Amino acid sequence: MKLLVCVSKTPDTTAKISFNAENTEFNSAGVQFIMNPYDEWYALVRAMELKEANGGTVTLINVGPADNDAVIRKGLAIGADDAVRIDCNPKSSLYVAQQIAAFAKDGGYDIVFCGKETIDYNGSEVGGMVAELLDMPFISFATNLQIEGSDATIVRDIEGGKETVGVATPFVLSAAKGMAEQRIPNMRGIMQARRKPIDVKSPIDFEDLSAVVSYEMPPAKAACKMVAPEDMDELVRLLHEEAKII
Amino acid sequence: MSVLVFAENQGGSFKKAAFEAVTYGYKTAQVLGTECIALCLGEASNAGELGKYGASKVLSVADASLNSFDSQAYTNVIAQAAEANGANVVVLMHSSTGKGLVGRLAAKLNAGSAPGVNQIPTNDGAFRVKKNVFSGKAIAEVEIKSAIKVVSVMGNSFQPEAVGGDISVESFSADVPASRVTVKSVDKVQGSVPLPEAEVVVSAGRGMKGPENWGIIEELAELIGAATACSRPVADTHWRPHHEHVGQTGVAIRPNLYFAIGISGAIQHLAGVNSSKVIVVINKDPEAPFFKAADYGVCADLFDVVPRLIESFKKHKANV
Ligand SMILES: Cc1cc2nc3c(=O)[nH]c(=O)nc-3n(C[C@H](O)[C@H](O)[C@H](O)COP(=O)(O)OP(=O)(O)OC[C@H]3O[C@@H](n4cnc5c(N)ncnc54)[C@H](O)[C@@H]3O)c2cc1C
Repeated sequence: MKLLVCVSKTPDTTAKISFNAENTEFNSAGVQFIMNPYDEWYALVRAMELKEANGGTVTLINVGPADNDAVIRKGLAIGADDAVRIDCNPKSSLYVAQQIAAFAKDGGYDIVFCGKETIDYNGSEVGGMVAELLDMPFISFATNLQIEGSDATIVRDIEGGKETVGVATPFVLSAAKGMAEQRIPNMRGIMQARRKPIDVKSPIDFEDLSAVVSYEMPPAKAACKMVAPEDMDELVRLLHEEAKII
Repeated sequence: MSVLVFAENQGGSFKKAAFEAVTYGYKTAQVLGTECIALCLGEASNAGELGKYGASKVLSVADASLNSFDSQAYTNVIAQAAEANGANVVVLMHSSTGKGLVGRLAAKLNAGSAPGVNQIPTNDGAFRVKKNVFSGKAIAEVEIKSAIKVVSVMGNSFQPEAVGGDISVESFSADVPASRVTVKSVDKVQGSVPLPEAEVVVSAGRGMKGPENWGIIEELAELIGAATACSRPVADTHWRPHHEHVGQTGVAIRPNLYFAIGISGAIQHLAGVNSSKVIVVINKDPEAPFFKAADYGVCADLFDVVPRLIESFKKHKANV
């Protein structure tokens, strides 16, 4: 099986979020970056498990600048065979998807994996876009994937529950919690990753149709009102009369 | 020109989330000086009710093959309706279905898109919308430049506003492509409120000590009609099912009221819940970071406080 895993780079979950003086760009000074957890823990690890069970190859693709290589190396250390980076500074999901689709179009991949969303822009868009551009089925929020020959059985999250679907390869999926368990790369993996190739390609032309024009921080919360533990009637009263919720 | 809202039904009927989306579409149409048209896919009972929230037309493709979601078939039919009605904005719900659709539809229509918006667009020469980014730690303003635009509306960001009455439903004849995805089984959580839509959520963390103690959480939730949720380590150790895990790497929610019981308030947890309108924290540690994000706090042992809170809610219910 030929498996392609889309990986993106995001600020670490504990990163302090701030912007430049004009509030037009994320301030990355002092921020540590990681592989987007959904891409790493669920998409990549499940792809590795399929390769280990059935043979084949796992290729990583990232759309981004050269400083993304550290994140790509981590994916190679987890076990991917090789990687491609489309060298650019993407500004929209559709731009990213156009690059991935252009690369994957003639690659003969059986499954294209994405994470369910990135933890920075929270878009949930790239997987569906790639699927449309490649004219493939798209299974969003997959929490379990079993494969036999070219037939896949996938459990996915739907509104208020789960659904089990069948689909034949090739297809695109977005991976959510439950799909696999996080793997920590071992020393051997890290050493091997250094010698694995990262193929750097130029992007195809595509004009962005949307862009972030500015950022702001959410309004600050008023101080927390403490309620005496003996007086839960008072908490209920506050929720009813002051917050007007209950 | 028009604003086309794809209103999702749930198991054959339209609920609050769909009305919110139509309200959003109606307000957007007002800003743009055009009409709001609602589109329904699959068989549903109360489509005419969408007129109440501002749809001037309700179009329905009542094809049974659309009763279950396939991104490709849905995208195809929505695109046909967008074209037939000269839509310049397509509004989706930011639900599981909507999230599985928004990217695909944008690619199909070659549209700029903004998933998870929580504000009505501007129309001062540029089309701009706001959405949460960095898992709720910041807000971004997104400008869409294409002629046709796709947005999905974050749940519980707009209350449904009735502006008219029920209207008659027109059938829209579309080519429904055969789906390449077959649904084998559906397993809906019965009885309880689905977490992403819940207006009140009772969430508990490792402070509960073990799964056997969840009775008080369930009792409280049931009493006030809330959904239950939990922190990540609680789901990871299988004290609670995975779908209850909220936070940056779980479900992101924005209920009107969020109870955090025995949860420390780690930054990754807060990221998924800090858009809640009111947060109540019960924690015995006065230094717990969650108090900084809370509106109301109770600093005490949860095993004393929660049963007392249940009694107070019972008393309150008996009085109203
Ligand atoms: C990459 C990454 C992603 C993550 N994503 C998420 C996520 O999506 N969601 C998430 O929740 N976490 C996430 N985490 C984990 C997060 O960092 C915290 O570890 C986790 O939220 C802590 O869960 P907790 O508050 O239940 O437990 P703890 O931190 O152990 O806190 C338990 C709290 O209960 C209180 N307590 C104990 N006993 C009592 C009592 N009897 N009465 C009252 N209070 C009591 C304690 O004072 C304490 O504050 C993530 C971590 C990483 C590294």
